[in-house]
Amino acid sequence: MDIIKKITRRSFIKKAIITLVSLELVYVFVNLLKKGGETKVSSNLFAAGDIDLFEKGRVYPFSTERFYLSRLDDGGFLAISTKCTHLGCTVQFKNSDNKFLCPCHASAFNKHGEVLAPPATSALDLYNITIENGEIFVDTATPVKRAKYNSSQITYA
Amino acid sequence: MNKPGTQKAITKFLLHLHPPKVNAQSIKYTRTFGLGGIAALLFVLLFITGMLLRFVYVPSEKGAYDSILYLQQEVIFGQLLRNMHYWCGMLLVIVSFLHVIRVFYSQSIFNERRKNWLYGLLIMFLVIMSNFTGYLLPWDQLAYWAVTIMTNMLSYIPLIGDPLANLVRGGAEVNEGTLLRFYHFHTGLLPLLMVFLMSIHFWLVRKAKGVTVADSSKKEMVPTTPQLVYKEIVVALSLILILILFSMLIDAPLLEKANPLESPNPSKAPWYFMGFQELLLHMHPSFGIFIVPVIVTAFLIYIPFVKDLQVNVGVWFNTSVGKKVTIWSAIYSTVFTMLIIVSTEYLLKFQSWMPDAPVLITTGLLPLLLYVLPTFGFILMMKKHLKAGKLELIIGLVSILLTGYLVMTVVGSLMRGEGMHLFA
Repeated sequence: MDIIKKITRRSFIKKAIITLVSLELVYVFVNLLKKGGETKVSSNLFAAGDIDLFEKGRVYPFSTERFYLSRLDDGGFLAISTKCTHLGCTVQFKNSDNKFLCPCHASAFNKHGEVLAPPATSALDLYNITIENGEIFVDTATPVKRAKYNSSQITYA
Repeated sequence: MNKPGTQKAITKFLLHLHPPKVNAQSIKYTRTFGLGGIAALLFVLLFITGMLLRFVYVPSEKGAYDSILYLQQEVIFGQLLRNMHYWCGMLLVIVSFLHVIRVFYSQSIFNERRKNWLYGLLIMFLVIMSNFTGYLLPWDQLAYWAVTIMTNMLSYIPLIGDPLANLVRGGAEVNEGTLLRFYHFHTGLLPLLMVFLMSIHFWLVRKAKGVTVADSSKKEMVPTTPQLVYKEIVVALSLILILILFSMLIDAPLLEKANPLESPNPSKAPWYFMGFQELLLHMHPSFGIFIVPVIVTAFLIYIPFVKDLQVNVGVWFNTSVGKKVTIWSAIYSTVFTMLIIVSTEYLLKFQSWMPDAPVLITTGLLPLLLYVLPTFGFILMMKKHLKAGKLELIIGLVSILLTGYLVMTVVGSLMRGEGMHLFA
C-alpha cells in the first residue's frame, strides 16, 4: 500500500497530464505511420483468360499478379497466392514434384495450397475468382486467408 | 600539444565525462576490454559516415539501388565510405553484445547499477533496430527478403501481430513506403533516441562511481589524464586504423536489385536474427517469435531485482563455483542444442506423428518441453553436484540461453544451404 500513500493530489495531476500527453503523442505517431499504407483498393479484377486455355490438372503462373491459377482434375479453379504463409517469401511451383516450394524455409504445398511440409502451418491464401461468359476474373486486391483447404473454396465454370 | 591552453581545454572537457582520479584497477584493459568506449566511438564513426552517405543516397524504390551503384562506381572513395559505415554497424552489434555479456558476468548489474542495466538493454535493442532499418536501404535482394522475413515474423505475435507488421511496413508488403520510413527511423529518430539514452547511460556510470573493480578494498587512485586518457586514445586510434584497413580489403555485400517476384534460395534474415530464423524451423512461430523471446527478455530484466543473492560485485563469474557453472553450462548448451537441431531435422516429426492434434501443441509446446525439461534437470544437477547458489544458477541459465542462441545463429547462417537444408 506504500504506492497509494505516496500519491498526493499534486503528483496525481502531474502524472495524469504526463500520461495523457504521452498517449496523445503515441496516438498521433501511430496514425502518422498508418497513413502511408492507405492506398487500398476494394477490388482489382484481373482478366486471366478463357476457361478453355487452361488444361485440367495443371498450374499456371501469373507472376506479375502474384498468383498461380490452379485448374484441378475435376475442372474447378483455385487462384493461389504466391506469398508463403510462413514468412512471406515467394513460393514457386515445381512441375517435376507437382508442388509449391518455398525457397526460404523449405515449406511445401500441394495443388490445393495445402501444407505438405512445415514450417508453414496454414494453407496458401486464395484470391476470389468470378467467371463471366467463359472468362476468368481474379480479384487480386484482397487475399483470402484460410487455415485448411476445403472443397467450397473451388470455383466451377 | 603541451601548450598549457590546449592541455587545459582537453582536461576540462574530458573531466565532464571522467572524474579527475580513477581507481588503478578500473583502468586495466582486461577489466572492461574498453567495450563500452569502443561502442561509443563506433556510434560517432557511424554518425559521421552516415552523414556523408546521406548526400548521395536517394530513399525511393527507383533511386535507392542506383544511388548505391553510383556511390560505389562514380564517387571517389564512395565504396570505402559505404564499407566503413557497413562494417562499423556490424561491429557495433557485436561490441554491444559483448559489452552486455561483460557487465553481466563481472556482476556489474546489481544495486546502484540496476537502472543502468535496463537502459543498457534498451540501447542494445535500439542498436539492433538501427542496424536492421539500415539493412533495407540498399534495396537489393538481400535487403528486400531479409526485411520481408523479419516483418512477417512480427505478424505471428498474438492479437496485435498483423496490425503491427502492417504498421511497420506501411502496407501488406515491403514497398517504397517501407523504405521511406525505415530511412527516417535509421537516420533520424533512432540516432536521436540513442544520443539521449547514451547520455543517461554514461551519467549513471559516473553516478555509480565508475566501473566495478574486482577488489573494492584496494583504493589506489591515479589521475585520469594522462593514465586513462592515453589508453583510450591508443584503443581509439588502433580501432580506426583496423576499420579503415578492413574496409579497404573487404567490400560490403550488394546483390542484384530487389525483385519482389523472386525469393533467392536460401533467403536469410540478417545474421543477428538467424538464431530466431533457426528457432522458427523447429518451433511454431507464436512460440519462436513471441513466447520464448518475451520470457527471456523478462528474465534478463528481472535478474538484478532477484532477492537474497550473494553478489560479489565486480568479481568475474561471482565465485569459482560460478566459473565452473558457466563452463559446464556452455558445454551442455552447445552439445544439447546441436543434438536437438539435428534430431528435429531428421527424426522427431511431432506434426506428422499426430496430424490431428493442434499445431500449437505439436510444433510449439512439445519442442519447448523437449528443451526445457532436460535443461531444468541439468540445472538441478549443477545445484546438487557443484553446490551452486542462486546467483550461480542464474549465471548458468543465462549461459545456456546465450550459448543456445549462438549455436542456432552459427547453424542458421553457416550450415544451411539451398532450401534451408542442413549441411546442404
